Amino acid sequence: MTPNPNNESRRSHGWMGIHRGHKARPGEWLAEKFIFLVSLSAILMVLLIFLFVAREALPVFFGQTNTALVQKPIPPDEMDKHSAAELEAYLEITPDQLAKLPKSTLRTMMDIKVEAQNDIPEDFRNDPDASINTTEWKYLIAPHKWTDYDKPEYIWQPVGQIKKFNIIPLIVGTLKVTLIGLLFAVPLAVGAAIYVSQLARPRVREILKPAIELLSGIPSVVVGFFALLVMATVLQSIFHYQTRLNAFVAGLALGFAVIPVIFSIAEDALTSVPRAYTQAALALGASRWQTAWQIVLPAALPGVFAAAVLGFGRAIGETMIVLMVCSASVLSWSVFDSARSITTTIAAEMAEAVSGGPHYRILFMLGALLFAATFVSNMIGDFVIHRFKNKLEGKR
Amino acid sequence: MAETLIAPTAATNPANAAASLIEIENLSLYYGATKALKNISVKLEEKLVTAFIGPSGCGKSTLLRCLNRMNDLIDNVRIEGLMKIGGHDIYAADVDVIELRKRVGMVFQKSNPFPKSIYENVAYGLRLHGVKNKSDLDARIEQSLQQSALWDEVKDRLHSSALGLSGGQQQRLCIARAIAIKPEIILMDEPASALDPIATTRVEDLILDLKKEFTIVIVTHNMQQAARISDQTAFFYLGELIEFGATGKIFTNPAQKRTEDYVSGRFG
Repeated sequence: MTPNPNNESRRSHGWMGIHRGHKARPGEWLAEKFIFLVSLSAILMVLLIFLFVAREALPVFFGQTNTALVQKPIPPDEMDKHSAAELEAYLEITPDQLAKLPKSTLRTMMDIKVEAQNDIPEDFRNDPDASINTTEWKYLIAPHKWTDYDKPEYIWQPVGQIKKFNIIPLIVGTLKVTLIGLLFAVPLAVGAAIYVSQLARPRVREILKPAIELLSGIPSVVVGFFALLVMATVLQSIFHYQTRLNAFVAGLALGFAVIPVIFSIAEDALTSVPRAYTQAALALGASRWQTAWQIVLPAALPGVFAAAVLGFGRAIGETMIVLMVCSASVLSWSVFDSARSITTTIAAEMAEAVSGGPHYRILFMLGALLFAATFVSNMIGDFVIHRFKNKLEGKR
Repeated sequence: MAETLIAPTAATNPANAAASLIEIENLSLYYGATKALKNISVKLEEKLVTAFIGPSGCGKSTLLRCLNRMNDLIDNVRIEGLMKIGGHDIYAADVDVIELRKRVGMVFQKSNPFPKSIYENVAYGLRLHGVKNKSDLDARIEQSLQQSALWDEVKDRLHSSALGLSGGQQQRLCIARAIAIKPEIILMDEPASALDPIATTRVEDLILDLKKEFTIVIVTHNMQQAARISDQTAFFYLGELIEFGATGKIFTNPAQKRTEDYVSGRFG
């Protein structure tokens, strides 16, 4: 069979093939692009979630929410004398709603508003707290001397006539519980990781490693239940504190949830330290314990630190355990007092908050705050890990 | 066959000057059911360089690691027979491996400095064995870096990371680390196999220099290297010690056919 010269010229011969680029392997090219898109969508998801949370929280940041009970009523007839922005704030509606709702509906809403103002009892009208907007930043962050209180206080009390939204007790509660959890979990998890990866016999390791990692499979609601019923009682009988359900119990329970996360990553980091380091240390006459502590742990420090940062992220975001064990929003640095974390607050109150209302907005603002905290902690963690790594590898 | 393969074992008393520093008698080692070393008997003298040669998997590294009990780290290893260093059975039940390893140092095939500063690398072993005083440490570190011919290259950057050194420098640092604690014996497991020719020459010069002070046992794949630096050579094949004797004799006039085949490059 003689080759057709026309056909022959179309086929690639010799060096011609090098100009085909990715067309030579379309399957691989497609797969690579697809994976790239998938990973891009992860970034997009994070961004979208943050945008959603931030958008719901924006009115708080711009001071567009108003919780003042006693407001200067605007008679419906004077509606046209006020600007759109004033009406939006007064009726608590969005610009979109203002544009779409028919005039008659708006008038009715304004009538209701005036009636509501008239319904406020006279003695309550004289309470100075009734006419302040508690969603202003100074009430959210700074203490305020409320009527009937002796001194300025930080109070989170989002229900009732006068809603108090001071977020400091929640932040303190979150930090308190998270730090107790980490103080408990990091040493235990890292110690267990050192033991399992460096000191344990292979048979012990084969049992211990999956057992600890199995802990992470326990739903946090079960851990919370256990803490609520068993740990709280046992710990109270040991330490004899007053409040049975407190931040200490919640922190320890949180620690149980975080231990497998930290253990798993720290164990990987320790195991991946080159055996050459261990051998060198042992050959110099170091004991196994000295080798693990003085050579392997420092060499694995970036990974162990990463584990602790991840544990922090998991602990600060954990909701169920803290919700079950303690949830009174008192401001106290004592570990034996109750605490209410940010996540708990969102989980417990979102269902009863009026959509679009001040309480709802502030819960979203707390969500955004949590997001920012996790983001910043991860950034700092990443920075520190790089510093550690460069130092270990002799780069400056 | 003139040399020491079946040398008379007159004295096992450590006080007796005639005794060899290292005495191995009828030593066998099993990895599980596999017999990796078969009835090895050999005596190594003080302040000599002994080379272990043989094809891959012949057991020479395994035997080397028996000398400081690094094989203890591997599961399923069982050792029979007797191994004495300075008259002491190092596999006796009351032996502290840490004390043993202080006296029997080791340099590995791949240079393995710790991810710490150059100074800390050498200081680590010293601190382990109780040198705490800063001026003592400084002196011992300088001395061992001088001895390993590294001092001039690193004296200005003692506190920068050891991982920033070149491969040859790293290996000499490992040697400095090993000699800093003043062992009696230094085991070297193919110390130059990962180095370029120039770095290899420097390590070899160093070994010849260290011989004055230390007893050196070196495993090597490079027969020219064994011929250049060693005083005695042991040839291993499939877990057996085939021949042991003065290096000159092993390389020029071996008693065994297999030794001759190997050193002349016919197999291995």
